[in-house]
Amino acid sequence: MTAAQLSSMLREREISSLELTKAYLDEIQRRDKKLNCYVLQCPELALEQASRADERLAKKDSLTPFTGLPIALKDIFITQGVETTCASKILKGYIPPYDGNAASRLKAAGAVLLGKLNMDEFAMGSSNEFSSFGPVKNPWNQECTPGGSSGGSAAAVAAGLAPIALGTDTGGSIRQPAAFCGTVGLKPTYGRVSRYGVIAFASSLDQVGPIAQDVRDCAMMLGAIAGHDPMDSTSIETPVPDYVAALKGDVKGKTIGVPAEYFVSGIDTEVESAVRAAAKTLEGLGARVVEISLPHTKYALACYYIIAPAEASANLARYDGIRFGHRASGNHDLADLFKASRTEGFGAEVALRIVVGTYVLSSGYYDAYYLKAQKVRTLIKNDFLEAFKSCDAILAPVTPTPPFKLGEKTDDPIQMYLNDIFTIPVNLAGLPGMSLPCGVTGSGLPIGMQLIGKPLDEAGLMNIAYAYEQATAWHKNIPVF
Amino acid sequence: MSSYEAVIGLEVHAQLSTESKMFCACSTSAGSPPNTNICPVCTGQPGTLPVVNRRAIEMAIKAGLALGCKIERRSIFARKNYFYPDLPKGYQISQYEFPLCLGGGVTISTEGGKKTISLIRIHLEEDAGKLLHDYGHPDMSHVDFNRCGVPLIEIVSGPDMRSPKEAGDYLRTLRNVLVYLDVCEGNLQEGNFRCDANVSIRPVGRKEFGTRTEMKNLNSFKAVERSIAYEIERQTKVLESGGTVSQETRLWNDVAGRTESMRSKEEAHDYRYFPDPDLLPLIVEEDWIARTRSGLPELAGAKAERFVSNYEIPRADALVLTDDRALADYFEAVIASGAPARKAANWITAELMREIKDDERGIAACPIAPANLAGLIKLIEEGKISGKIGKDVFEMMFKTGRAAAEIVAELGVEQISDSSAIESAVDKIIAENPKQVEQYRGGKTAVLAYFVGQVMKATKGQANPQMLNDILKKKLET
Ligand SMILES: [Zn+2]
Repeated sequence: MTAAQLSSMLREREISSLELTKAYLDEIQRRDKKLNCYVLQCPELALEQASRADERLAKKDSLTPFTGLPIALKDIFITQGVETTCASKILKGYIPPYDGNAASRLKAAGAVLLGKLNMDEFAMGSSNEFSSFGPVKNPWNQECTPGGSSGGSAAAVAAGLAPIALGTDTGGSIRQPAAFCGTVGLKPTYGRVSRYGVIAFASSLDQVGPIAQDVRDCAMMLGAIAGHDPMDSTSIETPVPDYVAALKGDVKGKTIGVPAEYFVSGIDTEVESAVRAAAKTLEGLGARVVEISLPHTKYALACYYIIAPAEASANLARYDGIRFGHRASGNHDLADLFKASRTEGFGAEVALRIVVGTYVLSSGYYDAYYLKAQKVRTLIKNDFLEAFKSCDAILAPVTPTPPFKLGEKTDDPIQMYLNDIFTIPVNLAGLPGMSLPCGVTGSGLPIGMQLIGKPLDEAGLMNIAYAYEQATAWHKNIPVF
Repeated sequence: MSSYEAVIGLEVHAQLSTESKMFCACSTSAGSPPNTNICPVCTGQPGTLPVVNRRAIEMAIKAGLALGCKIERRSIFARKNYFYPDLPKGYQISQYEFPLCLGGGVTISTEGGKKTISLIRIHLEEDAGKLLHDYGHPDMSHVDFNRCGVPLIEIVSGPDMRSPKEAGDYLRTLRNVLVYLDVCEGNLQEGNFRCDANVSIRPVGRKEFGTRTEMKNLNSFKAVERSIAYEIERQTKVLESGGTVSQETRLWNDVAGRTESMRSKEEAHDYRYFPDPDLLPLIVEEDWIARTRSGLPELAGAKAERFVSNYEIPRADALVLTDDRALADYFEAVIASGAPARKAANWITAELMREIKDDERGIAACPIAPANLAGLIKLIEEGKISGKIGKDVFEMMFKTGRAAAEIVAELGVEQISDSSAIESAVDKIIAENPKQVEQYRGGKTAVLAYFVGQVMKATKGQANPQMLNDILKKKLET
């Protein structure tokens, strides 16, 4: 059942929050062993929150769509009093002294926190295999990856282990796992949702968003978490529209751009035909489909793999073993203490990116790498702005391939990075992008399509997605595992 | 004589006097127990973000305007990366390529007249925490994050100073400007006004700079001047003995009176500065600058002019009094308590300044309340005590902080202005010294001083000198 359906049952008192929460906790207990979505369950807290929500529901006291609704958060979200590790050994045992913006908004709305979801360590990865808690398995095929880095979030929602979840997206970390697990994921415009209390990976790219069962749930969650936050200087002050009310399902007169550069050689044929079929469906609903060009697309990956590691190298400097998290044992002088704590605490992929980031910022290399990448970033952003002069939204694949096998790309970072080739440009441009199911492969794996919108046009974007969803049934598929 | 010329530039870190920290709402108050003025943001907890304190920006703009800088409409916060336990994020938020203020200068007086020391830039940054050793555990160090995130401005001078004295004068003048502006408390000992000195020497007449060393740990104006003098001498010896000065950071050892090598150029950090993506470019609108400019307080120069024209005191006194805002305020408080301006200026510039001249706290070291100094001046003006006794009373006031009248009463040194009392004392002395009377009447009028002395001795110096003079002359000449 969708979050919206559960929400209305709670409001109508057809089910209590306590009953619903218990049911989810039981499901997680029973079935998550196979998938490894949760890195932490907090049943006591959840039951306490549920009973408080029930009181609120009984009194009809400032109800929101989330009052009494169980949710789960990627372990990158800071939750006061609930261990938050970002799936890294270096933060093992870290109990945050505060709530992040998303956590506190949802808490205030009356949501019930089921637990924290698995991810790639510090959100660095595209397969959820770089987690100190071990990989998450794709509920559609347990030999396959659920995608990453928000693999736990997407798999949990697909598998019915959470009605709805939050993820973060730095280069595709919401959209790619959403696609791989047959769920709906939205990365909002940069600045639409506060980053306060989200453990930073790459600050100029990170953005919070929902992973949900359908577009309506997605809109419901965005409404709860979007808006200006004085604690985040990069958050935008524009008012938040009623996203659910904006879902009219009418795309007549809308122009959908399809970028030529996103159908490159090497793209999986099943993925390509599913996305092209989606274009036809939208056309059938009255939209006009036009080919567009995003000429600098081919530089996006290189640009991203300079900017993201550069920012990460500084963001991850605070994990030094002094104030919290892992500290190497034994007697060390200062430099050795830093070195030993960090060497022991970080996984190999994180270490690799810190080294790359440190290198590109080094004196003598800064101009050639970081500064150049910033210029390229502007070109990529301009590509999109130019394209939006002739279309309302862009339709593209989310990934070049359907879900791949666990272990298939872990030894080859380039192959792994190429998986994000269609999602990365959207982060570089700061635009809203979403992923929704648009097909199934011959072997029964989900295929996702990507919709990219104008800055702050989440409502328009979700409306197109909603129209497509109404016309198709892909989102109704449920994995059996 | 040395054939070398010193080239000195100073980098000053001034703590801005804001209530709250640069990027969070924590208090900046010093002296709190360790780690009580902290929050998730200033301890670098995962997921936290900085938010700029507008008061800090405003204070930096004030400093920039008062020092003649160009205020940049757009400046950028950057991350300065290095590892240290007192730096919780592993980077310091500072400004690098695009600072808030460019240019400007500080004018000092030298033997050759006025000289303007140029400023290269002023930028904003956050302070780090403090390591505490020997804090309850012999084998451990502790970190106090109270100071972490406190706003600083770094003021970088051009390499324009040529002597330790010029460096000291620059520093004092700069400090006074910041204190006048109320943007910094300016206390070197307490570390809210810190200075690093870059020193090199070159043969007189050469344009190129020599290799410079940077000196740290300069905790007083004296330490700044002494360390620079030491370093000039050390570098001169190195060059004269055929060696080369190596580029390095040196630590001033105040007790030993020497600089000691701390780290060489090779060991210098690569800070990997880059724009902080958590903060938007700092945009300073024109009207914000205009508003700040119109709100600037009266600075030393303008104050000195006002003192000359309003109080009719000598310009030299006005300059001394306005050199330090607290001293100028003291002067005006003495006047407000009823003392004539010229007398007040005299007492402060002569007697008071002599007492505090060796104390870096300045007028804050003076225990005499302005009203009490005014009281002392009044006693003299009214003839209740002599000027000479007044100086003794002043000294006691300085030692005890007590009021003049109280001390005068206690000592019984009130001046004798009763003419009959003076007359009888004079009669007695004249009667006892017939020989001197004869000499005086014989035309040797210099003998008058002898009589004055004798009467003063007899009255314990309490006779009103003017009256004594008149009475003596009258009696001797009749
Ligand atoms: Zn704080």
